[in-house]
Amino acid sequence: MTPSLLYAFAGVALCGIGLFGFLRLQHLLRKLMAFNLIGSGVFLVMVGLAQRNGQPDPVPQALVLTGIVVAIAATALAVVLIRRYYHLSGQTTLAEPAAKSARPKARSVNREGAPE
Amino acid sequence: MTLWLMAGLLFTPLAWAVLTLMVDFRKGRLVTWLGMAVQVLVSLGLWAAVASDGGFLYLLGGWQAPLGIELRVDGLAVTFVLLTALVAAACGWHASIYLDPGKPWHRYFWPLFWFLWAGLNAVWLGGDLFNLYVGLELISLAAVGLVALGGQADALRAAIRYLMAALLGSLAYLLGVALIYGQFGTLSLAGVTELMNSGDAQSGQTFPLVLMLLGLALKTALFPMHGWLPPAHGIAKSPVSALLSALVVKASFYIAARLWLDLGGELGGFALAQLIGVLGSLAIIWGSWLAFRQTKLKQVVAYSSVAQIGYLFLLFPLTWGVTEAISLQAQQGITLQVISHALAKAAMFLAAGNLIMSVGSNRVDALAGVSRFLPFSLFSFGLAGVSLMGLPPTGGFAAKWLLLQASLASGQWWWLAVLLAGGLLSAAYVFRVYRASFIESTDTDQFYHPSRSLEVIPMILALMSLGLGLVAEPVLSVMSLPFEGGGQ
Repeated sequence: MTPSLLYAFAGVALCGIGLFGFLRLQHLLRKLMAFNLIGSGVFLVMVGLAQRNGQPDPVPQALVLTGIVVAIAATALAVVLIRRYYHLSGQTTLAEPAAKSARPKARSVNREGAPE
Repeated sequence: MTLWLMAGLLFTPLAWAVLTLMVDFRKGRLVTWLGMAVQVLVSLGLWAAVASDGGFLYLLGGWQAPLGIELRVDGLAVTFVLLTALVAAACGWHASIYLDPGKPWHRYFWPLFWFLWAGLNAVWLGGDLFNLYVGLELISLAAVGLVALGGQADALRAAIRYLMAALLGSLAYLLGVALIYGQFGTLSLAGVTELMNSGDAQSGQTFPLVLMLLGLALKTALFPMHGWLPPAHGIAKSPVSALLSALVVKASFYIAARLWLDLGGELGGFALAQLIGVLGSLAIIWGSWLAFRQTKLKQVVAYSSVAQIGYLFLLFPLTWGVTEAISLQAQQGITLQVISHALAKAAMFLAAGNLIMSVGSNRVDALAGVSRFLPFSLFSFGLAGVSLMGLPPTGGFAAKWLLLQASLASGQWWWLAVLLAGGLLSAAYVFRVYRASFIESTDTDQFYHPSRSLEVIPMILALMSLGLGLVAEPVLSVMSLPFEGGGQ
């Protein structure tokens, strides 16, 4: 049981907690936080598990840097979408609105009809 | 020569993306027309080069893996690169006429379109597990952005749901990659296969492979994880839906298939292969049934995608534990299915967009009377439907014929019933749309006429999918070309 293996196990635990939150939480921002938690867990597993004769392996560290960039991009996109969605619908969850508001019928030629 | 082709293929989509980010819709359209011409020519050139000289491994910038990016340019990869070029160019062309330049946010279509294209090329050519992950993420983020382009709350809801599913799928895949790297110390798919066959690694555990397949199946919308697909594909603008259904879901399937063909023999098992096959069959039946029940035209087409994706997953049982010849037959059938579905579904979504534009409603029963006003688009829709049903001489027929033979030859006769039922059910939902459009008694006389080029594009795609069955032999022969070792 080396310290780095401990990191890997911590990563697995983080993944588990994150996955639980991701599936159970309804609020979109919380879901997003849970996604980031899973991501951190995966990165820990990646760095902790890869060992070369007791020495840390530099390659996964380079990969994790790329992974962090990707995760930031995804988080930024999700935050923008969630914010816009909240402005338009006033909702913070993905639940369908119970009563559909009557939509104005007029539509330009290019609009493909609202979903109902 | 190939150096220039590779540079043109990989670098230019990113360059177009950055260029179009800085200009408005109309200038972006001009840049994109130029870019699409370049991409189609480069893809054709690369395809011809591989068809005559065989595939090669390409090290980006001369750096060795694992720090450098290793690209495997084989027959299958260039076939998909060419398919992407044709379908994406058709969708881009359609979008350039279809999208309203008056809406300021539509200008973001172009950069997203190009990022998507760059990601697709990266996935087809990617040779190591981590770069495939980066390519997948690039595709997902661009695709989510394209879905959100609709702008209303419902489009955003669909986009967020899609994003959440895609992110979870990517992380499952990445965790699998981390475990594989921890075990084998290499990221190159070829390297992992080599280590596994040489036997100096301890006996492989199935868990990382299952984890990666699970993540990729979620991103490919395999039953029962398909819930995110119909809202996202149904609500997006038609050219976007066409891109998503034709190409984006194929990218994650492509990675899953490559993993299975390289590692599945060692790490997979009979039960796993059969389970994936059963899920695919359920997707075919359930997806077709739901497509039949939908009231909105684009939802019909979107659920049909769920069903057609199910066919792809028959690859897993038909290539596990069978002889080389049967496995090859199944692989060829699946590849033809990917190509013919990409062409047919793109044609179908674009034609559906024209029909919706013409009648001003997205409901199937609003199509009454449209057969007299828009016969051309309706005909493209039907031709694409014929390919989905798998009637001769379409590409869909050739694909299903190969799958049928493979399942008979491997003694797995139960897939036969699925193939037949799937064909019948797809006929049911295509004819339902037809029945609605041929009703003559209608009080609407107001039909909007889309411009001629909007109608021509789906027709070209549908004809290509129809003709694929006739040229299947040369396409398949290029596809199976192996590597010829470092031909930089």
